[in-house]
Amino acid sequence: MNDRIKLVIMNSIEEINRQLENEHQLEKSTNTVLFGEGGKLDSLGLINLVVAVEQNIEDEFDVTITLADERAMSQENSPFRTVGSLADYIELLLEEKLND
Amino acid sequence: MIDKPVMIITGTRKGIGKNLAEYYTQNGFIVIGCSRGNIDFELNNYEHYCLDVSDESLVKKMFKEIRKKCGRLDVLINNAGVSSENHVLLTPLKEAHDSLNTNFIGTFIFCRESVKLMKMNQHGRIINISSIHVPLALAGTSIYSSSKAAIEQFSRVLAREVFQFGITINILSLSVVKDTGMEIALKEKIKRKILNQTISKDRLNIYDVIHALNFFINEKSKMVSNQILCLGGV
Repeated sequence: MNDRIKLVIMNSIEEINRQLENEHQLEKSTNTVLFGEGGKLDSLGLINLVVAVEQNIEDEFDVTITLADERAMSQENSPFRTVGSLADYIELLLEEKLND
Repeated sequence: MIDKPVMIITGTRKGIGKNLAEYYTQNGFIVIGCSRGNIDFELNNYEHYCLDVSDESLVKKMFKEIRKKCGRLDVLINNAGVSSENHVLLTPLKEAHDSLNTNFIGTFIFCRESVKLMKMNQHGRIINISSIHVPLALAGTSIYSSSKAAIEQFSRVLAREVFQFGITINILSLSVVKDTGMEIALKEKIKRKILNQTISKDRLNIYDVIHALNFFINEKSKMVSNQILCLGGV
C-alpha cells in the first residue's frame, strides 16, 4: 500500500509543479524535503499539495481522509516533512479508515 | 465539468433554505442541499444529502461526490442553524455544544471543503448567514448569538486567506424573515422587540434575502469580500 500512496503523492507533486516556477519545483523522490527547514514549499505550496494529495487519495482508494489532522499539526516530526513521512502518515490514516 | 453553476445550500429541509433551493434551481443553478431530516419535496436540478453539517466524514463524502459528478463548485450558502434561547444560568452544556456544532463547526467544515473545490477553478462565492442578534446582544441569546459571532469572525479571517484563489466571503445578517421557521418559533413580544431595533421595523421577505444574495453571487462582485450586509438596517 505504501508504494501506491507514494505514487499518488508523486502524481500530486507533478500536478503542483505545473503551477510552480522552476526554482521551486519539487523532485519526485521519497526523500524530497517538502516543508520546514530546507523544504521548497511555502505555506501556500503546502496548501496546494495537501489539497491535491487528499483528492488523489480519494480517487485512488475511494476513501476520504483529512490530512489536517490534529496529530499532523502536533507531531514533532511533522508528516509533511518529506514524501516518505507523508506516505507513512497517510498509510496510518487509511488503515484506520479501512478497518472501521 | 458540468456547464451549469453549482451551489451548495445547507439546511434546506424547510424555511429560508428550502425557499432558496426552489429559487436557485429555477434560475440556472444545480443546487445541492442537505439537512438532518428527510425532505418532503422534489425539485429539478436538485440533489439532497441527509447529514449533520458537523459530521466531518459524511460531509467530506458529499464533497467527494460533488467533485466527481460536477467538477466544480461556484457558490456556498451556509444557512443551516439551530436557535436556542435561554438565560445563561439555565443553559445546559449540551445546548451550548449543539448550537456551536451546527452553527459554527458546520460552517467551518463546509467552508474548508468548499474552498478546496472552488480553488480548482479560481472562482467561488461563499455567503454565511448570521443574525441581528450579534449586534443586539439581547438577554437570552448568549449561546445563539455567540455561535453567529464566531461565524462572523471566522469569515473575516477566511476572506483574507482565500481572496488569492478568486473566492469571496461575505455575511448576510438577518432579522425576522416572513413565513419561515424562525418567525413561527419566536414569541410575538420578542419578535417586536427585535424588529423595533431595526430601521425598517418590519419583517423581511424571502425576496429581500435573495436580492442580497444575488449581489454577493454576481460575477461582477469579485471585489466584494469581507462585508456584512444587515438587512432591515441595524
